[in-house]
Amino acid sequence: MGENQHILTALVSNKAGVLNRVAGLFSKRGYNIESLSVAFTEDRKYSRMTIVVNGDDYVLEQITKQLDKLIDVIHVAQLKPEKSVNRELLLVKINAPADKRTEIESTIRMYKAKAVDLSPKSMIIELTGESNKIDGFLQVISEYGIIEMARTGLTALQRGFNSIKQFKDANEEEING
Amino acid sequence: MKLKGAKIVTESLINEGVDTVFCYPGGSVLDIFDELYFVQDKIKQVVTCHEQGACHAADAYARISGKVGVVIATSGPGATNLVTGIANAYMDSVPLVAITGNVALSLLGRDSFQEVDIAGVTIPITKHNYIVKDINELGKIISDAFYIAKSGRPGPVLIDIPKNIQQAECEWEPIPVRQVTHRVPDFKKCQSAIDIINSSKKPLIYLGGGSISSEASKEVLEFAQKIDAPVACSMMGLGGFPASHPLYLGMIGMHGHANVAFTSQECDTLIAIGARFSDRVASDRVKFVKGKVVHIDIDNAEINKNVKTSAHIVGDIKTVLNTILPYINESKKPEWIERCQELKKTKVLKETTHSVSPREILRSISRQTPNDQIIATDVGQHQMWTAQTCSFEQPRTFVTSGGLGTMGFGMGAAIGAAIASKKRVVLVTGDGSFHMNFNEVVTAVVQKLPIAVFVFNNNTLGMVRQWQKLFYQRHFSNTTLNRPTNYEYLAKAFGADYLEINDNDEIDQKVKLAITCQKPVIVNCKIGIDDNVLPMIPSGKSAADIIMEMGD
Ligand SMILES: Cc1ncc(C[n+]2csc(CCOP(=O)(O)OP(=O)(O)O)c2C)c(N)n1
Repeated sequence: MGENQHILTALVSNKAGVLNRVAGLFSKRGYNIESLSVAFTEDRKYSRMTIVVNGDDYVLEQITKQLDKLIDVIHVAQLKPEKSVNRELLLVKINAPADKRTEIESTIRMYKAKAVDLSPKSMIIELTGESNKIDGFLQVISEYGIIEMARTGLTALQRGFNSIKQFKDANEEEING
Repeated sequence: MKLKGAKIVTESLINEGVDTVFCYPGGSVLDIFDELYFVQDKIKQVVTCHEQGACHAADAYARISGKVGVVIATSGPGATNLVTGIANAYMDSVPLVAITGNVALSLLGRDSFQEVDIAGVTIPITKHNYIVKDINELGKIISDAFYIAKSGRPGPVLIDIPKNIQQAECEWEPIPVRQVTHRVPDFKKCQSAIDIINSSKKPLIYLGGGSISSEASKEVLEFAQKIDAPVACSMMGLGGFPASHPLYLGMIGMHGHANVAFTSQECDTLIAIGARFSDRVASDRVKFVKGKVVHIDIDNAEINKNVKTSAHIVGDIKTVLNTILPYINESKKPEWIERCQELKKTKVLKETTHSVSPREILRSISRQTPNDQIIATDVGQHQMWTAQTCSFEQPRTFVTSGGLGTMGFGMGAAIGAAIASKKRVVLVTGDGSFHMNFNEVVTAVVQKLPIAVFVFNNNTLGMVRQWQKLFYQRHFSNTTLNRPTNYEYLAKAFGADYLEINDNDEIDQKVKLAITCQKPVIVNCKIGIDDNVLPMIPSGKSAADIIMEMGD
């Protein structure tokens, strides 16, 4: 996580158009989304969005407050990296000629990654972990030649017993003290 | 009760207390119009000449009545014609519900005839919007839409209803209307704002439109008098504080009064109430004020958005003021007040006019109309002259497009204002703006509305010409109009009356005629092409760069 990178977590209604609304808010205000991951939660009525944004304190405050104003956003909160579990999933397809396989496999073991598909000249590797671990792995593996890759972007949960429903909203906090 | 979707719409409107809708029919809303046919005695239906006019009318209706404005249009082009009006209401935080028809669900997404994803189009300019996909949700959605439009920071909500949903049936019971309630702010959260206000020696109140939508005039007056603070209004705040009150300084901002610009530089505390530090007010966000800033606003996201505050209170203005007033120390500040009065007397404009004086016409209107006279404007120099010159004594008397600056707003707005108030409305417009939506004069004639339309006819897009003079070496690119429009024929063709002002000497008499006329009257005011709106703080600059004089 860079100094100016922030993780936001938002509980939103699981309805058509909500993603459009959230993404639109970012483009309207000129804020850049580093990554956005979303899927429904234990309660199908809601989805959880994990949004990684770049910006200073001003941008963070504005994004949180503006998001909180959206009717479809039930809760929004900032996650402190040290107080949350942050994971990303990587699928990467690399060149894997027969003479490099053992070498690649030892790298995979070191990173606790998994080979999930093999073909005579290539392989697909799966890795979950914090984003910087994935960055590191990609750097190492890139020497074999990356054919293509897909990252999910960050998804995260706060550590401990808390749930987002207990977080105070940006607006709630102001009003209720 | 088992009802058709379209009937659920009209029944829900009646249930929400809607007595007037502005509308324009079309294939995709025919079912709703068919139901409107049966409720003509309960809901007044105003058909305009263009959906934009209907939307501006609903917007102004809301500004004047304090209720939610309602506009109904068909799908596709009908819906897209609402877009400017919706954006206008969004920027000025006006409660509005826009209902659009759409093609049947089975045709949605197939580029069907007159299909537009109006919900998608209006995401950035609505508080919220809906596409109704299930007839069982329709009643709840309409109820929610009204609540969202008027609660918190008000704004527009759009409901897109596909044709088959209008035709489908389901059980419906009226949903009790939810009243907007305001939470009393926690005292601890107010403490630092109260401390700053109490220790301020040279406070200045910067009052915005939020005070008007919150109906907080009485509290604002009490607050200002209690701390002996002078008051400056943003354009949206005009009327929120009586212009004739000794503590009133004038308008703040780019074309605000010069004394206000200087006072804001000298004050030690700026107390912003229901105002958002728009770039037309705080152009240079850093130099705008040197002192502390206390911000009171209902929208948490406005706090620290444009200007860093020293303390703030989030909440409804009326509720907040009532909460803090008991803790505000009463004090007198004779030296500061005297200084503000001195600035008010000395920082005045040299007035120059080239033929008929626009300001003189406005002074005459102000003199000859009652304190609760509603004045609407379009956008341009005439708007700023009106904001600067007319004295607004009461809230909800000035109707203007603030945030979006929409030329063409005026005529529709005057209609909405006249219908809401059941009183005469004065519209001040420019020849450019008037040409954008003068078709709505027809609506005013049909509705028999006594609207006095003063067209400040300077044969130019005056405000743009002024910028060309100041910043573009007098290259009058496409701003000199030379249109052959004969305003007299135009008025007569539409069934309105016509008057002309050709000389300063006839101003009072012609204004008097116009404001006693029983039907719409177009007053062609032949002002000069080179009258300027001053003072002016250029974009991005501060009070130190104020322009008080300029050549032609
Ligand atoms: C719909 C729209 N188009 C363009 C503009 C840009 N604009 C702002 S003021 C202005 C000139 C207005 O001219 P007019 O209505 O004649 O008023 P005047 O300034 O002469 O009083 C223009 C073109 C605008 N505000 N709105």
